[in-house]
Amino acid sequence: MTPAKRIGEVLLHADDISLSFGGVRALTDISLEIREHEILAIIGPNGAGKTSMLNVINGFYHPQEGTITYKGATRRRMRPHQAAEQGIARTFQNVALFRGMTTLDNIMTGRLLRMRSNFLWQAVYYGTALKEELEHREHAERIIDFLEIEAIRKTPVGQLPYGLQKRVELGRALAMEPELLLLDEPMAGMNVEEKEDMCRFILDVNDEFGTTIALIEHDMGVVMDISDRVAVLDYGRKIADGPPDAVRANQDVIDAYLGVAHGA
Amino acid sequence: MALAETETAIKPRPRAAVGQDVRDTFPKLLLENARVRGQRPAIREKDYGIWQSWSWAEVARETQDFALGLAALGFKRGDKLGVIGDNRPRLYWAITAAQCLGGVPVPVYQDAVAAEMEYVLDHAEVRFVVAENQEQVDKVLSVRERLPRLEGIIYCDPRGLRHYDQAPLTRFTDVQEKGRAFAKDHPGYLEAEIAQGGGADVAIILYTSGTTGQPKGVMLTFDNIILMARSGIEFEGLRQDDEVLAYLPMAWVGDNVFSFAQSYCAGFCVSCPESGATVMTDLRELGPTYFFAPPRIWENILTQVMIRMEDAGALKRWLFRSFMSLARRIGGKILDGEPVSIRDRLIYSIGRVLIYGPLKNTLGFSRIRIAYTAGEAIGPDIFNFYRSLGINIKQLYGMTECSVFLCIQPDREVRADTVGTPVAGVELKIAEDGEVLYKSPGVFAGYFKNPQATAETKRPDGWVHSGDAGFLDDAHHLHIIDRAKDVGKLENGTLFAPKFLENKLKFFPYIREAVAFAPGRPYVTVFINIDAEAAGDWAERHGITYGGYQELASLDPVYDLVAGCVEQVNRDLAQEPHLAGSQIHRFLILHKELDADDGELTRTRKVRRRFIGERFRPLIDALYSSRERAEIATEVTFEDGRKGTIKAELKIRDAATAPIPATVEPLRRAS
Repeated sequence: MTPAKRIGEVLLHADDISLSFGGVRALTDISLEIREHEILAIIGPNGAGKTSMLNVINGFYHPQEGTITYKGATRRRMRPHQAAEQGIARTFQNVALFRGMTTLDNIMTGRLLRMRSNFLWQAVYYGTALKEELEHREHAERIIDFLEIEAIRKTPVGQLPYGLQKRVELGRALAMEPELLLLDEPMAGMNVEEKEDMCRFILDVNDEFGTTIALIEHDMGVVMDISDRVAVLDYGRKIADGPPDAVRANQDVIDAYLGVAHGA
Repeated sequence: MALAETETAIKPRPRAAVGQDVRDTFPKLLLENARVRGQRPAIREKDYGIWQSWSWAEVARETQDFALGLAALGFKRGDKLGVIGDNRPRLYWAITAAQCLGGVPVPVYQDAVAAEMEYVLDHAEVRFVVAENQEQVDKVLSVRERLPRLEGIIYCDPRGLRHYDQAPLTRFTDVQEKGRAFAKDHPGYLEAEIAQGGGADVAIILYTSGTTGQPKGVMLTFDNIILMARSGIEFEGLRQDDEVLAYLPMAWVGDNVFSFAQSYCAGFCVSCPESGATVMTDLRELGPTYFFAPPRIWENILTQVMIRMEDAGALKRWLFRSFMSLARRIGGKILDGEPVSIRDRLIYSIGRVLIYGPLKNTLGFSRIRIAYTAGEAIGPDIFNFYRSLGINIKQLYGMTECSVFLCIQPDREVRADTVGTPVAGVELKIAEDGEVLYKSPGVFAGYFKNPQATAETKRPDGWVHSGDAGFLDDAHHLHIIDRAKDVGKLENGTLFAPKFLENKLKFFPYIREAVAFAPGRPYVTVFINIDAEAAGDWAERHGITYGGYQELASLDPVYDLVAGCVEQVNRDLAQEPHLAGSQIHRFLILHKELDADDGELTRTRKVRRRFIGERFRPLIDALYSSRERAEIATEVTFEDGRKGTIKAELKIRDAATAPIPATVEPLRRAS
C-alpha cells in the first residue's frame, strides 16, 4: 500500500538565507530545497529558526541576504500576498481564524483570492456573482467533506475545541488550492487521536491533490512517519537534511536534541 | 433458492404467501415503483452540504447497473454479498442488486472491529464485499488472508484508496460500468434473474449479537420482511409522502424494515445523513414524519433540551416551566383524544405557539406523525415528555427473528409500561415460566448453518421462543419484564424480575444503578448506587455538605431521599398483578460507584449481577439479617491502575411496602 510517490522537480529553492533582527541572528546561510509533491519536515530545538524560515518562504520576513527561487522566478523580496497569489498557503502556530465566523465562512475566506467579481456585484448577488459564489461554495464543501468537518459547518470557530480549529485552519489554507502548503506545528497541543487524524489529513492532501507540504513539527514520531525528507535547524543553521532514517542517525542531530557535554 | 432446505431442517413456506402478488421480492417492488412513481424521490443523501436525491427510476437504473456488474464479476444465485458501512444510498442499492441475482446480502455492523467482521464474513461465506470507504476496506483487507472465499472488494468512496493496487479492489461506479457493458452482451439477463426470485427465497441474513457465544445469522425471507413491512404500513397508515431518516446501523433488522422494506412497499423517500456526527442537524433539516430511536437517543435529546433551557434567560425558563407543567398534565390526553377542559385546551394552544412548536421545530420533530422507541425500557418521564409535546411516540416490541415487530401500541392506547398489542397475523402466548412465545408471518427461516440453535428457538409445536419474560394485561397489551433466564422466584414462589425493578428505580434521577437480589430468599433487597451529580445537586440545594461520594452515599437525608424512591416503586408494584409480591423490603446505598474497571459492570454499562453478588456477599448476608449496619472491605482499581482497598460501614434501611389491593392476586409459580 505504499503510495507510488512521484516527487518531481525543485519547486522552491532558498539560497544562503540570512536573517537577523537587530543584532540577533535568526538564520545563518541556510540553503533549502523543496521538491514538488514531497512532504518536508523542518525540525529543530526551540529557537532554532524554524518559524522564521517559513516566514521567509512566504514573504512575511525579508532576509538580509540570500534569495528565494519559486517556480523558476528568483526574487529577493516577496510579499505575503504575492506568495499567496502564486500558490503558497500556510497555517500558523497559534490558530489565526476569524473566531466569530463559522467554519464555512472561514473556509470561504480562503477562496477570496480566486473570486473574480467585484465587491459591488457580490453585494447585489446576481448573475456572475451568484454563479461564482456557488462554485466557491462547492469547492468549500469539498474541503469540508475532505476534512470530515460537516458537523461543524455552521458553528462559529471560537466555540470549537482546539484540534478542530487546527483542522479548520488547514481547510482555509486548502481552499486557496495551494501548490505549496506551509504548516507551522499543525499538531501542537493535540492529543494522540487528534494527531493521528491530522497526520491522515496531511498525507491525504499530499496524496489526493499532489500538494507539496513543508511542515514544522516537534513530535518526532509524527515527523519520522509522514515526511519524505527532514531538514534540521539548530541555532539558525541547517545541520542536517535528508531522509528520516539518515537524519535520525546523524550525530549532529542527536547532539542538538540531547545536548552535548561540552569539554568532555 | 435452496438455502433453507440444505442448511437447516426448516421447510420453506409455500411460495404464494404474499397472496398471488407478483411484487413478492424487493427487485420486483423496485421495478414496480420505478413504473408507478418513477419521478418521485426514492432516496436522498446529504453530500457537499446539499441533499442529493435519486428518483425511483434512477434508483432502479443504478441498482440494475450494479447488479449486472456483479453478474459480470461472477456473482451468482445463492452467493453472499457483504455490505459494510454507514447508511448510504449505494449500499442500499447493493442490497437490492444482490437480491436481483438471487444472491443474499449480509450487512455487517460498520463499527465492528476487524475480528468481528472476520467471523461474520467467514461464517456467511461471503464472496464479495461492498465497503463504504477506506476505513472499512482496511478492516476487510486486514483479515482477507483468513477469508478464502472472499474474491473481491467493491468500494464506494475512492478517497485514500488510489494506491491499493495489489488488492482485488473495484470501485462501485466501475462495477456499474462493467454492468452496462454486460447488459449489451446479455440482453434480458437481469429480467430473467429477477423473475426467478420468489417470496420464499432468503432475502437477507442479519447477524445478531447474542449475549453469549458467537453471533447468529438470522435468515429472513422476502415473505417475512414484506408481510411484516406491509402490516406495519397498514397499522400506521404510512404513505408515499412520508419522510424517514436512515441513521441506525444497516445491519440491524429495524433499519432494514423501516428504511428499506417499508420504503419499497409504501414508496416513501429515505434520507441518509451526511455523517454520524451530523444526524441531529440533518434530522432538523429534514423533519421526518416517521422516526425510530432507541430509548438512549430519546434520553439524550431530552437532556440536551434541559441543559439548554438551564442556560436560557429567566423569562424563557419560566415560560418553559409553566407550559411544560400544563403539557405534562394534559398533552398526553389531547394526543389520546381524551376529554380536556376548554380552558386547558386554550392555554395548550397558546403553548403550542410559544413553546411546543418552536421546541419541536428545533429538534426536527415538527412533522412527526409516528415515532417509535424500542430495544429496552424507556423511562416514563422521558416517554411522557415527548407525548406531552404532541409527538406520537409509541413503543414496539420484537426482534430480528420475527422481522422486527410483534407488538405495536395502537394510537390512543399508548402507555410507558407496555409494548402494545400484537400486530395483524401475530399470535402471542405466555409460557408456564413467563416466557413470551409467538407465531408470526415474520418468523425467520432459520439461523444460517446453525440448525441446533434454530431448533431451540423454533419449536416443533410451532411456537417461537423469544427469550423474554412478560405478561399480557386485560387489554391484551404485552408487558415485557426481563430476560426469561434472569427471572427468578422468591422462597414462596413469587415471580421476581430483577431488571424490571432495577429499571423502575433507575428512572429516578438520583439513582444511577440498582441491583436487586431475591432468588430463593424470603423477600427482595436492593443495592443502590446514587447518581453523584443529581444527588449532589440535591444535597447542595438543601444545604447539606459532604466531603465526597462515600460520605454523600451514607448521609441520612440521602437515605431518606432514596427510601422515598423505593417506596414509590413498591406502590407501583402493588398495582402490577404479577409482580406485586416482589416489593423491596430492605435496601442499602453502596459506598462506591459500580465500575467496569472493577468488573462490576460490562463495558456497555450492564450490571454483572452474579459478580456483584459474590463481591459484596457480606452485604447481602446483612440485608437478609436484622442488622442495621454492615461492614465491607472491597478492593478497587484506581484510574491510574493502582489497586487499593476501601473499608466502609454501610447503613441498611427497611422500606415500607405497599398493601396489595384485594383485586390483585400475586402470581405464584408452581414449584
